[in-house]
Amino acid sequence: MSPNTKLPANIIEEPGDQNSRRAFMAAAGVAGLAYIAALAYPIYRYLASPSEMAMEATAITEVTLKDAQKLPAGSVLMFKFGPSPAMLIHHLDGRWISMTAVCTHLGCTVQYEPEADRIHCACHGGVYDPYTGANVSGPPPRPLKTFKVAVNETGVEVSRA
Amino acid sequence: MTTKTVAIYNWIDERLGLSELAAFARRKTVPVHSQSFWYYWGGISLFLFIVQCFTGVLLLVYYRPGAEAYESVRQITFVMHFGWLIRSAHAWAASLMIFSILVHMFSVYFMKAYRKPREFGWLSGMLLLGIAAVFGFSGYLLPMDELSYFATKVGLQIPAAIPFVGAGLANMLRGGPDVSEFTVQRFFALHVVVLPALFLPLLGFHLWLVQRHGNAIPPSEEAKPARQRKSMPFFPDFVRKDLAIWLISLNILALLASVFPWSLGKPFDPLAPAPMGIHPEWYFMSPFEMLKLLGFIFSGKYAGFGEIAGILLFTLGIVLWLLIPFYDKSKESGQRARAAHYFGLLAIFALLATTIIGYWTI
Repeated sequence: MSPNTKLPANIIEEPGDQNSRRAFMAAAGVAGLAYIAALAYPIYRYLASPSEMAMEATAITEVTLKDAQKLPAGSVLMFKFGPSPAMLIHHLDGRWISMTAVCTHLGCTVQYEPEADRIHCACHGGVYDPYTGANVSGPPPRPLKTFKVAVNETGVEVSRA
Repeated sequence: MTTKTVAIYNWIDERLGLSELAAFARRKTVPVHSQSFWYYWGGISLFLFIVQCFTGVLLLVYYRPGAEAYESVRQITFVMHFGWLIRSAHAWAASLMIFSILVHMFSVYFMKAYRKPREFGWLSGMLLLGIAAVFGFSGYLLPMDELSYFATKVGLQIPAAIPFVGAGLANMLRGGPDVSEFTVQRFFALHVVVLPALFLPLLGFHLWLVQRHGNAIPPSEEAKPARQRKSMPFFPDFVRKDLAIWLISLNILALLASVFPWSLGKPFDPLAPAPMGIHPEWYFMSPFEMLKLLGFIFSGKYAGFGEIAGILLFTLGIVLWLLIPFYDKSKESGQRARAAHYFGLLAIFALLATTIIGYWTI
């Protein structure tokens, strides 16, 4: 403290002074926290923008895949359903199946293998059924979620079941 | 303090010498006199530089240099939450930082704080200002909108006018004969890697010198006997005032950035004609206008001579300004000190006059 702000010794603080000082310090503390929050909030929202946009994308219930009806039998089309990868499989028997491509074990993207007629996750060797999405072997705890598929002459519509 | 905290403090102190630092902070004082206000401007510049680092890193999170530069700035400004505010704060803090460095420089100049033993403080400070100007120039291009495209195009005509090496130098800076995505890529490297790598150690040197020599006092204070001079402790008195001024600066910055958000123009088009009223940032207005005025005086076939004369005149002025500690070095306020004082007034007049004419004739 500099000399000019030192109180003369004969001024004795009343108890009320101490109360109002405590109130002042509390108010200053609240104001300081509010100030820091006002600085931190825009920065947080700015950095969180992509994940917020992804959250909005999960609200999607339907995806139209243009010209996907031309997909040859025995092959797969990878596409994005909202924020995450999904696949549209045109089976050799003519059936159209669509399901999420995110492995239920640790989130790797799975792969359709037409020659083995299975869905395989290369990360830890999980295997799923390519018609129902059921977890067949390996570590996956749950089946892959399937979507509803509607094929028409301009494309394929995939929607939440 | 409990014995445990004392023990921890002692453990660290033994290894890092904290008590020496604390003793230094206790001993350090800052002079108090009628011109003390000017002591805060170096600190304000430092604070705004810190703001630049923070907002710059935040912009770096989404900015993509090269061909996608404009699109990424459009995203930052219009898609990401509060991206407009962070970009605006970065741009405004850049302007305010240049302004406060200029105030700091002129206050040092008129208080004659460049004299022995502070010559290196003066020289390093001038170099910091120079780097800050290049920071401003390179950062201005990064959004790659129409205005930044033409400002860079015109600005690079200045090094291009240097005899013999100019054309090659300008091509090297641009990464080709014209401003393109190659230019924005290398300006980006300059802006976020090269310039900070030069600026930070130099800033450390500058601040270390301030600690070593303390604050200079103006000649009017030097004339007083030592016991009549007043001072205040650096810690906590000066630090407290310094922080209060930083808070005020932050509030002014937040107000400017949110009330006058930085705009984003149309994407650059190398075939489009220059838009009407194109002009550089305010801190480049003076050299821009001086070159323009000399271009009027030496028109036609002497135009090239006018450009070179302008660059020479400007370079000469900067060299004289840089060398002032070696010209005006006497402690007494004699003939030379007065000449230096008038030279400073002339510099301010020339800068202000050309800047005002520049804005007047946009």
